[in-house]
Amino acid sequence: MKPPPFDYAAPSELDEVVELLAEQGEDARLLAGGQSLVPMLALRLARPSFLIDLNRVSGVSGIALDGNLRIGAMARQAAILADPVVARELPVLAEAIRHIGHLQTRNRGTFGGSLCLSDPAAELPALALMLDAEFELRSRRGVRTVSAADFFTGPYSTAIEFDEVLVAANLPCVTPDTTMAIREISRRHGDFALVGAAVRLRVGADRRIADARLSWFGIAHQPIRSVVTEAALIGQAVDGLDCADVGAAAVAEIEARDDVHATAGYRSRAGARLVAAMFRDTLEGFVE
Amino acid sequence: MSSHPISFTLNGAATALEVEPRWTLLDVLRRQCGTTGVHAGCEHGVCGACTIIVDDVAVRACLMLAPQADGCEIRTVESVAEPDGTLHRVQRAMREEFSLQCGFCTPGVVMTLVQMDEAGADEDAVVEALTGHLCRCTGYQGMKRVARRLGQATGAEDRQDG
Ligand code: FES
Ligand code: FES
Repeated sequence: MKPPPFDYAAPSELDEVVELLAEQGEDARLLAGGQSLVPMLALRLARPSFLIDLNRVSGVSGIALDGNLRIGAMARQAAILADPVVARELPVLAEAIRHIGHLQTRNRGTFGGSLCLSDPAAELPALALMLDAEFELRSRRGVRTVSAADFFTGPYSTAIEFDEVLVAANLPCVTPDTTMAIREISRRHGDFALVGAAVRLRVGADRRIADARLSWFGIAHQPIRSVVTEAALIGQAVDGLDCADVGAAAVAEIEARDDVHATAGYRSRAGARLVAAMFRDTLEGFVE
Repeated sequence: MSSHPISFTLNGAATALEVEPRWTLLDVLRRQCGTTGVHAGCEHGVCGACTIIVDDVAVRACLMLAPQADGCEIRTVESVAEPDGTLHRVQRAMREEFSLQCGFCTPGVVMTLVQMDEAGADEDAVVEALTGHLCRCTGYQGMKRVARRLGQATGAEDRQDG
């Protein structure tokens, strides 16, 4: 299949992008790395009348450190994976990207493209949720910041208005008292996850959990946190924590989805085990 | 329907064309440029048969729109061997290690291996990069042997004895 005809522009400045978005209205679509959108066009799952290509826009692909890590929306996944600052300040981001597609798709696939597509089984949206990332959106009306908790609104949908473009996301760096991990179960490496989770734990000097974050991907219709379990973990001693219980409780909060790839029951059982194992391995770093 | 003039370097030669934005780079390379070594498999980014090198990195030609090639430097499998037919060491290793059968996936595999070879990647990285290719014939053991050879050959003399 080929896409039906559409108009195309590849502006070099962000100002032109927001002008075009405002002019073209809801039938325009932004093209980032194209690793998902191009097949969607070919299958006619997406039928924009106008495509605004972001690949030539300057100043939107940088990776910068100023307290937080600021990642430009058009940063290529391969560039993030190879970046020494990311490896040092937020290794879990590189870990997440290792699960995305393959070398050949990561060479073009972008950070922002994955976030904005918001595939329920994708790694980066769940990671952003776990990290409380802040999204910088721009339109002709101005700039606004949206937190990850408000950004992901459903399967393949986000809080981005039709005249807005994601410019960058701000992510917190890892601190000495925090550990983070992301893992998934998929049939083959590089496939979308059947179930996956991202975890962040901060442990105090009293060896109790001071803060916990647990987000899921693949299991439900959108990236989602186990907020009840997160709250229940605070104050618990890391020594002797029953990790199997944590996994079971975390998954019990989530309504798992059924599809051709796996049943809801499988996703729940596998998810509980996955999170239990992640807690076991994560806490090992803290156990004396 | 809009038509866009684009120009790029294809295997070292300056190329100028008019393209429709809905065409993929894969379409253009095969139909307008005659570089039919770029194979069309799944045409939605899964199989790797269309892999080419754009600005020094391996990408899926079926996932780039034709106008996106404007200004790029593109290499296809046609450019890999010497003009006199002498095979590139990646191609020689593939032949000696029996890592192809029907050859459908091969041009894409070659391009990924060329990128890895140029980057001086180690064996594990080469094997990981190969996961971006589906081969329906030989299994992957022959390709993994090539990965081992390339990994070992990093900085060393290529094995000549086959
Ligand atoms: S034809 Fe491009 S990946 Fe299959
Ligand atoms: S050699 Fe036949 S598909 Fe790979």
